[in-house]
Amino acid sequence: MRNLIYLMVGLFFGVVLFKSEAASWFRIYEMFRFDSFHMYGIMGSALFLGIIFTKVVKHNKTTSFFGEPITIADKEKSVVRYAIGGVLFGLGWALAGACPGPMYVLVGAGYWPILVVLLSAVLGTFCYGLLRSKLPH
Amino acid sequence: MEFILKPWPWYVGGPLIALTMALLILLGKRFGMSSNLRTICTVAGGHKVAEFFRFDWKAQRWNLIVAVGVAIGGFLAKNHLTESDHVTINATSVKQLNDMGFLSAGNAYMPEEFFSGNAWLHPKVLGILIIGGFLVGFGARYAGGCTSGHAISGLSNLQLPSLIAVIGFFVGGLVMVHILFPLIF
Repeated sequence: MRNLIYLMVGLFFGVVLFKSEAASWFRIYEMFRFDSFHMYGIMGSALFLGIIFTKVVKHNKTTSFFGEPITIADKEKSVVRYAIGGVLFGLGWALAGACPGPMYVLVGAGYWPILVVLLSAVLGTFCYGLLRSKLPH
Repeated sequence: MEFILKPWPWYVGGPLIALTMALLILLGKRFGMSSNLRTICTVAGGHKVAEFFRFDWKAQRWNLIVAVGVAIGGFLAKNHLTESDHVTINATSVKQLNDMGFLSAGNAYMPEEFFSGNAWLHPKVLGILIIGGFLVGFGARYAGGCTSGHAISGLSNLQLPSLIAVIGFFVGGLVMVHILFPLIF
């Protein structure tokens, strides 16, 4: 039952990403050229509501649908890993025109070459895992 | 119905992305798409070679199911909920792309120069897809999250690390589009 719920939430998210064109390579390009408000509107409005939601959940100590306590963990404090990792991610995001969520969307939508991007992203994750102890964090 | 078949404006898409995060949090989970890439590495045997992949991946199975759902959603949206998938981007961007050789700009969802037929087999295109994907995967784990984990969830929780990561995302993206694209295309 829970698995079906996760599947439906994913399905919903996939439809939203495709229909709002956040999964389009062109929209990412346009965003980084500051030629349109579209992507900023998507992220800004999601963030505006997300901040309110997160505040309410934390303040009211809301429990989950299953009655379990909800924990929204803080991110580990650091600068280096977020700065370097972030820049590398951004370079790839603009080049491939897709971040991880849209990659799954595009697989489903049948843009098959995205499988190369997705497999390569898995490989990138794998290489990070191998090099982790040698990288500054 | 007419409204659903057309492209959704930002003020529909953004709030529905927030709703996705809210649903996952209310289900006791987190909104983060790149974590799946790590789980896939573990399932594929990564735990044998690196400590980073030694974790109970079955506790992350829910997120893989979400990712499968996202793909099904992409299929449904493209094939059953869309009249025309042409993305009408700004005319200046279209012109810029045309000048770089992307003639499908404004008339497609993804650049046909990369995604149609056998275009991806061209060594330059293949290189772009491989390098782009690799940087996304490597960078997301190094930064501990991607657009969903940092730009939406992390910033919603007012996390300074997420702000640093998101600034990084934009620095990388701006360098790619404004400095490297003119060299590549």
